[in-house]
Amino acid sequence: MTLEVRIGKLRLKNPVMAASGTFGPEYGELVDINKLGAYIAKTITLNERVGNPPPRVVDTPSGMLNAIGLENKGLDDFVKNKLPKLKNIKIPIIASIAGVNAAEFGKLAKVLSRTERIAAIEINLSCPNAPYSPRGRRACPNVQHGKRDFLIAQNESATRQIVEAARKAASLTIIAKLSPNVTDITRIAKAAEEAGADAVSLINTFIGMAVDIETKRPVLGNVTGGLSGPAIKPIALRMVRETYEKVKIPIIGIGGIMDYKDAVEFILCGASAIQVGTANFVNPRASIEIIEGVKKYMAKHKISGIKELTGALRK
Amino acid sequence: MRQLNCKIIENKKVAQRFYKMRIEAPYIARKAQAGQFVEVKCSCGTDPLLRRPLGVHRVLKNEIELLYKAVGRGTELLSKKEKGQALDVIGPLGDGFTLPGPPVSGPMPIILIAGGIGAAPLVALAESLAFSAKRIAYRKKQKTYVLIGAKTKSHILCESEFKKIGCEVKVSTEDGSKGKKCLATELLEDLLNIIRYPLNAAIYACGPVGMLKVVAKIAEWRKLPCQVSLEERMACGVGVCLGCPVKMKGNKYKMVCKDGPVFDAKEIAW
Repeated sequence: MTLEVRIGKLRLKNPVMAASGTFGPEYGELVDINKLGAYIAKTITLNERVGNPPPRVVDTPSGMLNAIGLENKGLDDFVKNKLPKLKNIKIPIIASIAGVNAAEFGKLAKVLSRTERIAAIEINLSCPNAPYSPRGRRACPNVQHGKRDFLIAQNESATRQIVEAARKAASLTIIAKLSPNVTDITRIAKAAEEAGADAVSLINTFIGMAVDIETKRPVLGNVTGGLSGPAIKPIALRMVRETYEKVKIPIIGIGGIMDYKDAVEFILCGASAIQVGTANFVNPRASIEIIEGVKKYMAKHKISGIKELTGALRK
Repeated sequence: MRQLNCKIIENKKVAQRFYKMRIEAPYIARKAQAGQFVEVKCSCGTDPLLRRPLGVHRVLKNEIELLYKAVGRGTELLSKKEKGQALDVIGPLGDGFTLPGPPVSGPMPIILIAGGIGAAPLVALAESLAFSAKRIAYRKKQKTYVLIGAKTKSHILCESEFKKIGCEVKVSTEDGSKGKKCLATELLEDLLNIIRYPLNAAIYACGPVGMLKVVAKIAEWRKLPCQVSLEERMACGVGVCLGCPVKMKGNKYKMVCKDGPVFDAKEIAW
């Protein structure tokens, strides 16, 4: 029996990864990071971003909203200062990138593909707290889709354009992280596949909000935030299943995975691997427990590899 | 830090909506510094999902005490936990109070100022000031004053604890039901006007942001060192999620969980 999976050129010893922005060496005292399949770093942008004003997080029933706003110190700091500190991490490190236009994504992908420790790139097309602006300062010159800010992963041609730019710039495995805030996620997944993505990861968070009735104000400093946690799992499963039926590239399932049962559900629906996000905050050992649980499940059901389980949902 | 399953030794109501919980946690008791906190899982299921950050109230031998206010679903569930049950705790977390160094010249008044539930971590601080072996040499020169402000008489917390430690305690209430009818910050102004050696004073504060802001201003105006312990909504508690920012001077954010919860009042963009 093996838990090994392949995503593009990436070879993972097991299908469990820590989702971007939810895990890091800070948990090193509590968890052995090297037991995971891969570690996905917090999204970086070309230049520093200070992030959104507080409050940035709030509990919701069986979930949480976050509006961090992609706070990060930028690409240079990541390569010079952050990566050297990750020298104890022996598993593949996947960089997560976001930009305001195709050129930025291209530049980020190019620099990172030349960076020794980076094993793959996840392109964050779907951060709900830092929307892509088709007009104005943040405009992507070749894309015009009306006045409203939107997420790249809400638009097929924008998705295609960004994935192509990253593809051209980097020979590494490229994973496109998609948004659930769409009418048909399979069309976006298809666009990413056609543009050369090696895999798609889905789903990012749902745009939501919370209200404080005493102050009559939104709870989050950014007004809206991204909903994650067990509350979104059923929708994430449905989206993984739909996407599995439409694309050939591997799918990385994300969305409210708390234990091995959730992980197996995603794999049965078509995921080749999974990411654990919000669960890390609740139980930092969640990923490790999931790996153990999946192993036991496979032994019990006499399954020799993850591939056998991927998409094995019975009609 | 460690993730531990701690046994609840006691969980009792100490005032309306305020509870005190004592848990068996030898590791945390050994490591915890005044001002640090723990992240507690309040529910067994997924609602509420996130842990709750609670300041360490007292460090005992093999046990720690948490003093908390039942304000929402999480802390209400916590208040219903019973003796003997297990509690999932991660800690100790964050950066605690920095104790004052030896007095430079003359006596050094140490002033702790608490607003409401802000008294909780200051008890741990008062205990380390009074009892830590390293400080015995200059204890005679460092007198600890405690100023407690609350809405009303029944919300005044830890008065007897502070007295037991040997601190001089002054109380104020907003409705005048006990002590002076004013805010705790006014007690601070009064105290700085009457004590000897006010220029040597060091201030430690924990309470609502409005109070901390005024304390910081008083400290800045009088050029006194001032540390404040902040509260913010948190998710991870270890600095991973960047969910609990506090704005610092120079338009930068720091994280309450990892860089704090105790900050030098001068650095914060109030």
